[in-house]
Amino acid sequence: MARLKVNGTPHEFNGDPRMPMLWWLREEASCKGVKFGCGIAQCGACTVHVDGRAVRSCVMPMAAADGVEVTTIEGLAKGEVLHPVQQAWLEEDVAQCGYCQAGQIMAVVDLLSRISDPTDADIDAALTNICRCGTYFRLRKAVHKAARMMRETRG
Amino acid sequence: MTISIRTNRRDFLKYAGAGALVIAAPAISSRPAFAEMAADDPLSFTGEIGGLVVIRPDGRVIIAFPNPEMGQGVDTSLPMLLAEELEVDFDKVETVQLPMELMRRDDGNYGWKYVPQGSGGSDSIRGHWEGLRQAGATARAMLIAAAAERLGVAEDELTARNGAVHHDSTRQSIAYGELASAAAALPAPSEPPALKPKGSFKIIGTPKKVKAAHAIVTGKAVYGIDATLPRMVHAVIARCPYFDGVARSVDDAVARAVDGVIDVVKIRRPAADGPYDVQAEGYAVVATSTWAAIKGRNALKIEWDRGPFADESTARFRRHCEELLEGEGQIVAADGDLDAAFGAADKIYEARYWQPYVSHAPLEPQNCIADVRDDGVTIVGPMQFPSSANRLVADLLGIEDRLSIEVKVTRLGGGFGRRLSSDYAAEAALVSAAVKRPVQVLWTREDDMRHDFYRPAGVHELKASFDASGKMTGWTHRLASASKYYRRPNMPETDYWQAELYTDDFPARLVENRRIEYFSARSGAPRGSWRAPAHTANAFVVQSFLDEVAHARGEDPLELRLRLLGEARELPYEQHGGPTFNPGRLAACLRLAAKRGNYGAKMPKGKGRGIAGHFTFGGYVAQVVDVEVDADGALSVPRVVAAVDIGTVVNPNGVRAQLESGVNDGLSTALRLAIDIADGRVVTGNFDDYEIMRIADAPPVIETHIIDNGEAPAGMGEMGLPPLAPALANAIFQATGKRIRDLPIADQLKA
Repeated sequence: MARLKVNGTPHEFNGDPRMPMLWWLREEASCKGVKFGCGIAQCGACTVHVDGRAVRSCVMPMAAADGVEVTTIEGLAKGEVLHPVQQAWLEEDVAQCGYCQAGQIMAVVDLLSRISDPTDADIDAALTNICRCGTYFRLRKAVHKAARMMRETRG
Repeated sequence: MTISIRTNRRDFLKYAGAGALVIAAPAISSRPAFAEMAADDPLSFTGEIGGLVVIRPDGRVIIAFPNPEMGQGVDTSLPMLLAEELEVDFDKVETVQLPMELMRRDDGNYGWKYVPQGSGGSDSIRGHWEGLRQAGATARAMLIAAAAERLGVAEDELTARNGAVHHDSTRQSIAYGELASAAAALPAPSEPPALKPKGSFKIIGTPKKVKAAHAIVTGKAVYGIDATLPRMVHAVIARCPYFDGVARSVDDAVARAVDGVIDVVKIRRPAADGPYDVQAEGYAVVATSTWAAIKGRNALKIEWDRGPFADESTARFRRHCEELLEGEGQIVAADGDLDAAFGAADKIYEARYWQPYVSHAPLEPQNCIADVRDDGVTIVGPMQFPSSANRLVADLLGIEDRLSIEVKVTRLGGGFGRRLSSDYAAEAALVSAAVKRPVQVLWTREDDMRHDFYRPAGVHELKASFDASGKMTGWTHRLASASKYYRRPNMPETDYWQAELYTDDFPARLVENRRIEYFSARSGAPRGSWRAPAHTANAFVVQSFLDEVAHARGEDPLELRLRLLGEARELPYEQHGGPTFNPGRLAACLRLAAKRGNYGAKMPKGKGRGIAGHFTFGGYVAQVVDVEVDADGALSVPRVVAAVDIGTVVNPNGVRAQLESGVNDGLSTALRLAIDIADGRVVTGNFDDYEIMRIADAPPVIETHIIDNGEAPAGMGEMGLPPLAPALANAIFQATGKRIRDLPIADQLKA
């Protein structure tokens, strides 16, 4: 059995320990913002935070989930107040089909928690999520904007 | 409760025959089956609209967009058309996806209840430009009529603006919300209200952001994969990997024993050589969860027969195309006397180009929910043409009344043409019919990549002659390819060329002697429409070849293009995007892109700048692409500058977004994408061997320059893509001297 928290809420898991966290989050924990894209950790549509770090949940078995704290896109905003990365996404109007964007945003939040003022090279190295619509031009601008917003908030 | 209003004149609006335009009041009623999936998503469809606009008593305005939203921005651009005439604050307008709405016409045939509802061919804006503005104008007229009654004044003393009707001389105004109920009870105007002249637009032509953006960034947008129905179970299908193969033996005992597995259902193959309904024979493992279904499928033991295409491979197919080109094909267009022109030529240039199969690979894999009941069918999923799913399911299940099959379109996690086919909806219907409960069929990424309807592969041969004065006198384009019209219903092979060669494309009518020739190549691969279909291949070969010819002649590539295009004038264009093609508009795009992109400037070694332009489905786009190639052959694209003429622009922000998308899609596809075939099956399976571009390779600068010349509007979903690959290849030639004739580029620049 695994005990874990998802967006602050405690859960117990008694199922197949090999089950990827992605499917459990989507079908049992009501976190459908976590998306299935490839199943082999290539596209990043399923990116969530596990203990504060970005993880591709399609390859994380539930066996490894005991005691962890998971944050999904649904848990990123504080009530009605969006995370600066979400806000930057709106301001730069990044999304097209939008399917990859939750995973992109979770990956960017992780990046900005490690590097507060990333260069383009930092972005290229850290962000490997696939956007099939090709929103990368605006996505890059939004990352820089979010970084600026977060630095200003911190003062 | 909704109140629908029948118009007096059947020819009033396109939709009026159905009694279409609805101002509903006071609220919308729920559709229980769908309400669950949409309960906490304000932007997905949550109720019966019955028409295209709802005005609630509290003043909320909800506009339905009829066409499926797959990232092209119709959830914003189409409501803009209606809102323009309705005179409301667009930033406060909510928009929702209209479910498929069909009706039975008096002649017994089926038609659209309101407006056509399909996303394809960059046709949404073109198709709805008049109708949705008329819908808004009609609603406005009815609100004014209601206000006139209320105030006891003449209608022509009233004006509608900003969500209210105003009587300016007495400074009275009534908000739409207060008028909606009364307006809905009035007859529609007997004459169509006049539409606003272009100069007075307040919404059309202004940049608007994506309406669904907030739902997207908070994870609340509902895609097909996120939808549920009560009692729904999950299915994953083992499909025959070999083109037209079948199972020799199936052992499902272990699969059935997997915890959560409910049943295993056989899906029969499509009729041999007949149209695809489903794509392949398959065995659906039905289970209580997606994971259980995946495990169950992995436990199936199936021995597949390799089918009639067992010897097909990528290399053999290409050889087959090359061999076909040695013979004589089907002449599909001929002007003048090409043989004489070639015979009298001062110079003749010739080149062959290869295009591989490519996959759509929308990031949301195919999926669909079907609930087949005794009293009807519910289909919920991501579809570009919901009515095709409706027709297909009716045919498959032998259902006479198509109105008993409701189709609800979710947001699409990408489309790119893949979801023009409804094979995944057909599978869901067959499985649901077998297990008698709602089923969601989910494709894994490998399923999606190995059972796509691929963009056709083929070999192109181009040849051009010039006389001693430097005039281009002859042009021929010979193509051996696997047409996407393969196995279309009632489609003879002699018509296959129509999907692959658009005979009115440049340089039709711009060169005196011309011949276009097609060879239908044999392949078992399913194929279909891929964003900007044949324009991608044809723009690449034609615009690359022009560059080759210009360099060979010592002529400037841009000048050669401009010389061939000549003055602005309307030429007939019978294929999609017509009825006319104006070479002057394409020339203007080339000039603008060249100017803004500083085309022609001297470039240092290892850097190049290429140009290309193309007319796609009514829109003109030219692009200047910069490249840098280092000593190891590593390629980067620091900048793309584009000029776009799609006539009247509805949402310039959306136009830019689609241009950026086209640039990245074109670059991604040209860099690394190819579907590999071996032993009669697709071997490419996931993003580790189908390497869609990531941000590191995406141009950090993309400039879009819009020429809004007031011409009739065209779309923008596909136009941004075709010029990219040739402009890129032309830039690479300048940087390295290496001419890219095979796609993808892959490792061709490596030492």
